[in-house]
Amino acid sequence: MKENLFVLRENVPLTGSVWQMDLEGDTSAITAPGQFVNLRLEGKFLRRPISVCDVEGDRLRLVYKVVGEGTRAMSGYEPGKSLDLLTGLGNGYDLAPAGDRPLLVGGGVGVPPLYLLCRRLVQQGRRPHVVLGFPSLEEAFYQREFLDLGATVDLWTQDGSNGQKGLVTDGMKAAGEYTYVYTCGPEPMLKAVWQLSETSGQFSFEERMGCGFGACMGCSCKTKYGSKRICKDGPVLVKEEILW
Amino acid sequence: MVDTQVTLCGLPLSNPLIPASGTFGYGQEFAQLYDIDLLGTFSFKGTTAQPRFGNPTPRIAETMGGMLNAVGLQNPGVEAVVGEELPALAKIFHKPVMANVCGSTVEEYVTVAERLAACPQVGWLEVNISCPNVHAGGLAFGTTSQGAAQVTEAVKRVAGDKPVIMKLSPNVTDITEIARACAGAGADGLSLINTLLGMRLDLCRRRPLLGNTTGGLSGGAVFPIALRMVWQVYEAVKLPIVGMGGVETARDVIEMMMAGATAVGVGAANLTDPYACKRIIEELPQVMEELGIGSLKEIIGGAHHG
Repeated sequence: MKENLFVLRENVPLTGSVWQMDLEGDTSAITAPGQFVNLRLEGKFLRRPISVCDVEGDRLRLVYKVVGEGTRAMSGYEPGKSLDLLTGLGNGYDLAPAGDRPLLVGGGVGVPPLYLLCRRLVQQGRRPHVVLGFPSLEEAFYQREFLDLGATVDLWTQDGSNGQKGLVTDGMKAAGEYTYVYTCGPEPMLKAVWQLSETSGQFSFEERMGCGFGACMGCSCKTKYGSKRICKDGPVLVKEEILW
Repeated sequence: MVDTQVTLCGLPLSNPLIPASGTFGYGQEFAQLYDIDLLGTFSFKGTTAQPRFGNPTPRIAETMGGMLNAVGLQNPGVEAVVGEELPALAKIFHKPVMANVCGSTVEEYVTVAERLAACPQVGWLEVNISCPNVHAGGLAFGTTSQGAAQVTEAVKRVAGDKPVIMKLSPNVTDITEIARACAGAGADGLSLINTLLGMRLDLCRRRPLLGNTTGGLSGGAVFPIALRMVWQVYEAVKLPIVGMGGVETARDVIEMMMAGATAVGVGAANLTDPYACKRIIEELPQVMEELGIGSLKEIIGGAHHG
């Protein structure tokens, strides 16, 4: 973990409520896809944990959803602004067990951390199959970015507005053979993916956090191997340890 | 050169800074960031006889100028603390540590206190009779003079030569009554305040935001309340006080000491700024010079005189 000041370079909407923020600063503490940063916001007491969407050199990309006052304020930040970030938080995804054809399943604002994961998997010569789920086409984002990485991409919408109506679990059933599962999304989706998945996998969870680095026990969950802190021992848990 | 040393219940502290229980774990996370030997000491995570998972999540909520927590004393139990956490701590912290003792019955307080008092690394016992997030014991003992005295007496009997510091709740009509009861029962010191009971609602779900419904308020917003209570308790009893509640800067530390604190706890600030205690300790000498303070010992309760 490192605490650093980053400079905001770009802050643009991807959909009506999802924004993309590009920052410049010391990213050296970020060691794995699926990790997160904790942003200090002016006028707010607690930091806001946001997953890392992409990182390259001194560039950091965050994709976040406006869900409350804090994230609404973030969406108003202008380029040039300096932001205090704790970086390199959480365990992140382990790429080693991916196999040749890993399945990446993302729902809503759970999609962003899968982007860096997908990029790294492609770099390793693996052939990720990405299943993305959104409420509607209007709320969908990043299908083009995943395609540009060279991944197979299936987009599913709950209202069928993109022509493929269904949930990510429908996408999983249609996906054919896969060697491993990586997923991030709302908890009911994670549970459905967990039940349906035919291989082992890694599941990224979300929880309200106090510190984000393991000190306060604010985000604990029970696992088969005892209690774990989502912020420090997670946010990624392996399929076999998860208790619902 | 300014002098930041103080003495808490007979044991010297190189400076008055004490990260508050529940915001510093068992020191490991912070030791990766800075040398925690620069702290006066720290109070480790509240410890019960058996392991506790604590309350359902969400356990944390934002408030104006602070936060609510309803962790509910998650801890691995006193045997794991003695067998695993303290040996691990010995590698990263070379000063006496403050052991935070919790329980839901008098017998449990005694069991935990006796076990921790026997550990050479432990310098003080801080007895938590003020946790607002557990449903049995805890706060129940801290809100009546009789309960507070009962726990104090029982813990004192097994504490050996370790000073017993009772941690008081602000969720009472008159904190000086509880302070006097603890003093009368033999407490060596008092720490205050624990968090203030509060709650928030989730407007979309139309339900309490916290899994435990209510939680404890901490952070800068509570500083004036904590300061007022330290002031009142200083006038009511002759015991050393660990003042805490919303302390975020070196100036807050000095204000707390002038109100009557011998040492000063830092809680929620550690969570939002992991370097908070290091920063405050480094700021202290300069702020002391600005204010013409040569020695911190000399300002304790200083605002009461004249």
